Amino acid sequence: MQKLSLSKLDQFLEAMAAHQALYLPVEDHSGQAKFQRWAPGVQLSSTLNTVRSAKDFFFPQTEDLVNFKLRGKEIEIIDPRTEHEDFVVFGVRGCDARSFTILDKVFLADPVDTYYQSRREHGTIVSLACTRPEETCFCTSFGIDPTCPQGDVTCWMEGDALYLTANTPKGEALLAQVADLTEACGDEAVKAQQERVSAILKKLPLANFSTKSFGGQVLMEVFDSEKWGTLSESCLGCGTCTFVCPTCQCYDIKDMDTGHGVQRFRCWDSCMYSDFTRMAHGNPRLTQKERFRQRFMHKLVYFPANNNGEYGCVGCGRCLSKCPISMNIVKVAKALEGDCK
Amino acid sequence: MQAAMISRAKELLQGGQVQRVLGWKTGEFVYDITPAVFQSVEELEAEFVYNDFCGNNLSKYLIKESRQPGKVLVFLKPCDTYSFNQLVKEHRILRDNVYVIGVPCEGKTDGETLKAAGVRGILGLQAQGDRFLVETLYGSQELEKAQALPERCQNCKSKKHVAYDELMGEEGQVLQSGRFDMVEKLEAMTPDERFNFWRGELSRCIRCNACRNVCPACSCEKCVFDNDNSGVAQKAAANSFEENMFHIIRAFHVAGRCTDCGECSRVCPQNIPLHLLNRKFIKDIDTFYGDYQAGEDTESRAPLTNYTEGDVEPSIVYQRGGN
Repeated sequence: MQKLSLSKLDQFLEAMAAHQALYLPVEDHSGQAKFQRWAPGVQLSSTLNTVRSAKDFFFPQTEDLVNFKLRGKEIEIIDPRTEHEDFVVFGVRGCDARSFTILDKVFLADPVDTYYQSRREHGTIVSLACTRPEETCFCTSFGIDPTCPQGDVTCWMEGDALYLTANTPKGEALLAQVADLTEACGDEAVKAQQERVSAILKKLPLANFSTKSFGGQVLMEVFDSEKWGTLSESCLGCGTCTFVCPTCQCYDIKDMDTGHGVQRFRCWDSCMYSDFTRMAHGNPRLTQKERFRQRFMHKLVYFPANNNGEYGCVGCGRCLSKCPISMNIVKVAKALEGDCK
Repeated sequence: MQAAMISRAKELLQGGQVQRVLGWKTGEFVYDITPAVFQSVEELEAEFVYNDFCGNNLSKYLIKESRQPGKVLVFLKPCDTYSFNQLVKEHRILRDNVYVIGVPCEGKTDGETLKAAGVRGILGLQAQGDRFLVETLYGSQELEKAQALPERCQNCKSKKHVAYDELMGEEGQVLQSGRFDMVEKLEAMTPDERFNFWRGELSRCIRCNACRNVCPACSCEKCVFDNDNSGVAQKAAANSFEENMFHIIRAFHVAGRCTDCGECSRVCPQNIPLHLLNRKFIKDIDTFYGDYQAGEDTESRAPLTNYTEGDVEPSIVYQRGGN
């Protein structure tokens, strides 16, 4: 384990930024945190989490896939991708760090999504252990330990120091870049912090929340539940939950007419939207009830059915904080638990 | 108030005057209230709530609810009644199928506002006079209520109900508020400063459509931005122009109909002060056509859909230096 004095935090960030682009949570002027590129003077936010998740780095909201240029009867096909630069994302919390494992299962499965893959290869994740979890947190329900988050490097901020440990060759390479600023140390301070935070985690209102009854084995029971009508009755059909979610991964591909060609891009889609998966024959999900159901079926039933029981949720709590009508996966799972028989 | 509301709702439900009750339902925490339709006395007793967190404006749900069989009872706060009237005026709510009970409101806060005030790990909350006592994972905290209310409630425009069949509690008054102060500040900016202000805000937009979907004035059955045949449909803003366009078009479309209920800013996950766009229109309408409050009544002609000889000419924009 390495130790960095917090008085050298700026130097540490600067040293990393000298080698590659560095992103970290920074407060915007409305007081919320977002990932922003580091530049001299940029301060690390002390907020627990960012409004938008860290998935943006690998799966951005919009992304050009291919461009077509028309010249008479000729069509030129242009790959708009430029080689990605290496980058570091600093300050990723345990929930978001786990979300990459979930997204990998979607985008890196055959056929591999090369756009996502390229970003993953160029990115190094530096996670930061949580010290002040909030009432909306329930990552422990998915076996995540926020006091020891996964990532290429794991960090703990305690007292006047930042403690770091590399978990992968990428992480080791990163720590080598800042080796003059850090010194080897024992793990007593980190252990003490983990013990203290673990005690808080046990007191969280959702500490005992579990999705264990859900999975492919109860597909029809959950799908046919009569409770979906009530659960979805006041859903606005907006995309907030899906867009702040670190694991929602649906996208749409659209063509934009540029006047002299076509710009084909993909952008996040939301199962909450009325034209989601609309096909030539029409839309398979006619009302908000079916669209709402799709989101939770995907996370609690379809995803675990296809991924050895792993749920499509990391318990970050963003949807709990941000849904305009305060309807969310915790309320849905609790309401439907009884149907899982 | 909550107990009296439940008791009155039960009476009306049992007496057969109404078949359903539209209200607010408790959640996991103290603040995560969900709008809900209650069908039975048991449901009302178990889950109906009216507290400092019932900020959701229920009027828009009546577009759908007033078209269901039977009559629906709805509880409306003063500012919700303006949206209600406006929707009745636009023939979106079928008035005869709704029984409105006006309920008093001392301002409604929400989890996000408390968090913005620095409260973390909220476990419980009690209102005591003009203070909130908040129980958190990290100890107790006391807040002045006025500081823990969202902007729309700090600048409350009216505690008077403009529509109801029955009123509970004491009726309030239309209030003088500082709701146009920020608009005036924006007007005083140079065009470049103002453009930069709005870029700083709108660049955070994630196009979740929450502002549009919650807005009582946005009641089109198919929004132009969802309609592929419109040529402007988009699921994500491809560039800053599209980011601006969505919000500017929306503000124009609700101009003269927006009652300033503030739901757009409440639901924005990115804290974009969207209400300022609408308030600019409201302020301009007040200036050009005389004071007008959308939703104040259900009969009058709205300035933007009316013609009088004294109407302002479009060239006014030049006289005002682009403001």
